[in-house]
Amino acid sequence: MMQYISPVLWQFLQKWLHRLPLFPPEASSIAPYTDEFYFYLLVISFIGTGIVVAMVIGFSVLYRKERNPEATQIEGNTLLEATWTIIPLGLFLIAFVWGALLYFRIYNPPTNAMNIYIVGKQWMWKAEHPGGQHEINALHVPINRPVQLTMISQDVFHSFSIPAFRVKREVIPGRYTTVWFEATQPGTYHLFCTQYCGTLHSQMIGEVVAMSPEDYQKWTNSSTSGSSLAQNGERLFASLGCGQCHSGNPEARGPNLAGVYGTKIQLANGSFVTADDAFLRDIILNPTLHQVAGYAPIMPTYQGQVSEEGLISLVEFIKNLNSNYRIQQTLTTSQVQSAAPTAAPGQGMVKQ
Amino acid sequence: MDSQAIATQPTSAQEAHGEHGHSPHLRHHFATVAQQREAASFGMWLFLLTEIMFFGGMFTAYLIYRNWYYPAFVAGSHWMVMWAGTLNTTVLICSSFTMAMGVYSAETRNRKALLRYLTITLLFGLVFLLIKAYEWHDEWEHHHVPGINFSISDFTHPDPRYPLDKPLPVDMAEKTQTYFSLYFMLTGVHALHMLVGVSILVVLLFQAWRGAYTTGHMTTIENFGLYWHFVDIVWIFLFPLLYLISRHQ
Amino acid sequence: MSSTSIVLPDQQTAFLPKRSFLNSSYGLKSWLLTLDHKRIAILYLITTCFFFTIGGTAAALIRLNLLTPGGELMAADTYNKVFSIHGIIMVFFFLVPIAPAVLGNFCIPLMIGAKDVAFPRLNLLSWYIFVTGGLIELYAIIWGGIDTGWTFTTPLSTHYVNTHVIAGAMGIFVAGFSSILTGVNFIVTIHRLRAPGMTWFRLPLFIWSYYATSIIFVLATPVIAIALALVGLERFTGIGVFDPAKGGDPLLFQHLFWFYSHPAVYVMILPGMGIMSEVVACFSRKRVFGYTAVAFSSVAIAVFSFFVWAHHMFIMGISNYSALVFSLMTMLVAVPSAIKIFNWSSTLYKGSISFDTPILYAFSFIGLFTIGGLTGVYLASLGMDIHLTETYFIVAHFHYVMVGGMVSALMAGLHFWWPKITGRMYPEMLGRLAACILFIGFNLTFFPQFILGYMGMPRRYHAYPPEFQVLNVLSTAGASILAIGYILPAIYFLWSLKYGKVAGANPWRAPGLEWQVQSPPLEENFTETPVVDFEAYDFEWLAKQTSSEVQTVG
Repeated sequence: MMQYISPVLWQFLQKWLHRLPLFPPEASSIAPYTDEFYFYLLVISFIGTGIVVAMVIGFSVLYRKERNPEATQIEGNTLLEATWTIIPLGLFLIAFVWGALLYFRIYNPPTNAMNIYIVGKQWMWKAEHPGGQHEINALHVPINRPVQLTMISQDVFHSFSIPAFRVKREVIPGRYTTVWFEATQPGTYHLFCTQYCGTLHSQMIGEVVAMSPEDYQKWTNSSTSGSSLAQNGERLFASLGCGQCHSGNPEARGPNLAGVYGTKIQLANGSFVTADDAFLRDIILNPTLHQVAGYAPIMPTYQGQVSEEGLISLVEFIKNLNSNYRIQQTLTTSQVQSAAPTAAPGQGMVKQ
Repeated sequence: MDSQAIATQPTSAQEAHGEHGHSPHLRHHFATVAQQREAASFGMWLFLLTEIMFFGGMFTAYLIYRNWYYPAFVAGSHWMVMWAGTLNTTVLICSSFTMAMGVYSAETRNRKALLRYLTITLLFGLVFLLIKAYEWHDEWEHHHVPGINFSISDFTHPDPRYPLDKPLPVDMAEKTQTYFSLYFMLTGVHALHMLVGVSILVVLLFQAWRGAYTTGHMTTIENFGLYWHFVDIVWIFLFPLLYLISRHQ
Repeated sequence: MSSTSIVLPDQQTAFLPKRSFLNSSYGLKSWLLTLDHKRIAILYLITTCFFFTIGGTAAALIRLNLLTPGGELMAADTYNKVFSIHGIIMVFFFLVPIAPAVLGNFCIPLMIGAKDVAFPRLNLLSWYIFVTGGLIELYAIIWGGIDTGWTFTTPLSTHYVNTHVIAGAMGIFVAGFSSILTGVNFIVTIHRLRAPGMTWFRLPLFIWSYYATSIIFVLATPVIAIALALVGLERFTGIGVFDPAKGGDPLLFQHLFWFYSHPAVYVMILPGMGIMSEVVACFSRKRVFGYTAVAFSSVAIAVFSFFVWAHHMFIMGISNYSALVFSLMTMLVAVPSAIKIFNWSSTLYKGSISFDTPILYAFSFIGLFTIGGLTGVYLASLGMDIHLTETYFIVAHFHYVMVGGMVSALMAGLHFWWPKITGRMYPEMLGRLAACILFIGFNLTFFPQFILGYMGMPRRYHAYPPEFQVLNVLSTAGASILAIGYILPAIYFLWSLKYGKVAGANPWRAPGLEWQVQSPPLEENFTETPVVDFEAYDFEWLAKQTSSEVQTVG
């Protein structure tokens, strides 16, 4: 009909209707779980709204003034009221449990997840792969492999959202947050910043490219910057002079860092903490807040001296540090170069 | 037909016959003086509830940060002018006493005593503000005003007055700013309340001089008394929280 | 001789009373210095409608900009200012004040049989405070604008944007005191000024829900006041309470802000629920089904509302266990709302329903609020919230509650009490038409946004990927219909001031105390303190009164 009335409008409409997706792609292992839950909620919404609308319309027809000129006064009905208190409560509690299970699934990464670091700043996303690949406003990930993102903001609140994966997490200044996903469908998906972050908030977008493992391997090889994150971290570690104290020697002024990642550490105040990414970052910036038991509070703060990317490299370096050999070698070299007379002989390859 | 039997306030209904239209202070929309008085003091209590929530936000912030940055809070509190804080606490407690006496004088319709007590309360209030201003001046001199005039050097060097205090490392010394921010917010808002209180007190004094509160209508004085005591109580919390952190060591 | 002073003038021979609060005195001064709660209500009505116009214009600009994916109408920073204006004005200067300060001010004393609110001077003062706050806000908007959104997220608001954040926060801070004073005034009025015989369980449900609203005003408003004061100070002097670089915690601001702003959401809906009870009861000629349940659910909502604030922060890295607690509490707060919806619907059962404008709006409230409330459950469910929060889904959800719910209820209330306020009727046919337009326009505007939200379109975006365009165009089309739905009542309300049919005291044959006095009421409301010997929504009592009136007159 329409194409006879106005062919132009018809074309326009057709083009539009082709471009009218009503449901986002399901591209991660979490997405089906989220959608399942969504359909449960949709069903109870439709039934709930349906009942209410049916009551309103039904009663309006049955008891309109013309048909029922005299109202019958009814005080209430405890049983009926209890029913419509308990049934919604039950349905809501199911939603609560279901939602909580989903929440734990989304926010508790599996232990074998590969880690990628994300730094948000006004108005771009920077991704740092452990292999040294840098990306801006893009994220390449392999499919069928859990990927954990460790994220931090350099300035204001941002929020890292991939609708096709049904995951999102706030990216906060001053602390790491994490999210994980396992892409299942190769493709290019939207990446949004969903927390309002200033003028170009709507430009803080990018794309997530999920690739088959082979393609991902090709991409990794072709876009490497030459040195891995841990290697960058090692260089930074040396230039900041961290090895002076954290040399791993028994008489060293700072704790031995080799193999420290993931272990439980006792603090000076007696409490125990796990040395995770967030802890490592925080202790570089606020050493006094997390004074490790058995060491004097002499570590200076590096607040304002290391960028978030630098911190990430340092964390990645400490994470992968298995032996102090290279630290001590670096120390020895620099001491020999500066011809320090008191240079102590390196402890060699002795691992603590 | 007698529907009076189910009146909500039997007492006011009884009084209604006696007092309605007689008291010059009874505003037209109240049935009785008692009802008006109850309404006013109830309103005042609700307002104080609001005030508690107002300070509550800042106290929450204080509790969280004190928990995180305890050494910085200790170091910061050691720079408080102890004698001034103690004196101010005394001054405020005394002023609460004189205020209570003022309310009592209004109840006993003793205009002279009322004027006397209100004047003393006013003076105490002014003394408090003066001492507080002196303290703030002192903190300015020591560069302890975060954001505008702040330096951490006092906290990173040994303090001769507290030989047992070890100087703070730089990262913790930076956190004294949080302490001082909260200190200025809390004492500032408190002083603002004092300032408002003192200003109202001036007006009350003038009214009392004209004999307004000694003829049986003393709701205003009573409610102002509640406000004054509230501001006093806030200080009673502020003093230990800000001045007395780990003084026993 | 009956001791009640209630009179029921004959409906057919209705005439405008010679003396009423509208003509007791004349001139601008008599209005600006009035202590009469009814006149203050009208002052509030004018100011909040003024702010609604500003907020509405901003909304229109937003929708126009989103017509195309590139956002060609405005530059990004202009767009950000426009949606911030829309949010700030609509929340703090329209939705929060309008229902309590306009309908509450007008109706509460009349409904409980009082001559005025407890503190008339405070009441006037709160209007002046509100106007001062509004003027500061307008200053901020005109001289440069604010682009933080209505949530003033730190550290964006404290360190990054360079717009008039301090003035904007101060405007809200000042206006907050007007809310506090109004709340104190209402609570005292309801406690202390009820007419003899007006026991708590004879109060109209309107009073119960306004009482709950006032509790929130008194307890929550000071917290946002202090949070915004800290934002202003941090911006002005650079203290670091919320600045992570100085050891502050930006999440603390979120906690303080939402501790107010979540209860404030209920400030924006509880009064609507009160209006609903009145309207549904009156037009179905029946007492509200389960009076006690509805009354207590209002109070329950007010109490629970203080323990759910962190559900705005599920993705912000709060601990998993506190997320669990807040999610559970949020599920619980949904239950009283569900109870109310079912109670209103079953009030219609065996009623004698007439379909005048107010109940059409009430029906629209029931439908839209049900959808708004149920979609709230999506957002309260932890796992679902991750995907839906900060998208258009949440925008659609709170517009269904705030606009679909509250504004529908407000329109119902305005139409319902318009004859009482002005003494004249609005044109009934146009009223029904406008109600239908509003319902259709509203759904067309906001339903597509649910779909957009699930698709993942983030809120506060100036430009968006092209595949979202069709739904956005639908939404904008709906918004233009919605606009007609607002402009039409504005026109006929103004028209009715002069040309409307004279209403008489009780055009709806409603049983509330406010309908038993002349319209518009006298300045002192009641010539003699009424003594209440009937229940709320007592239609049998009303029928008896009317028949005895007919007998004595006839």
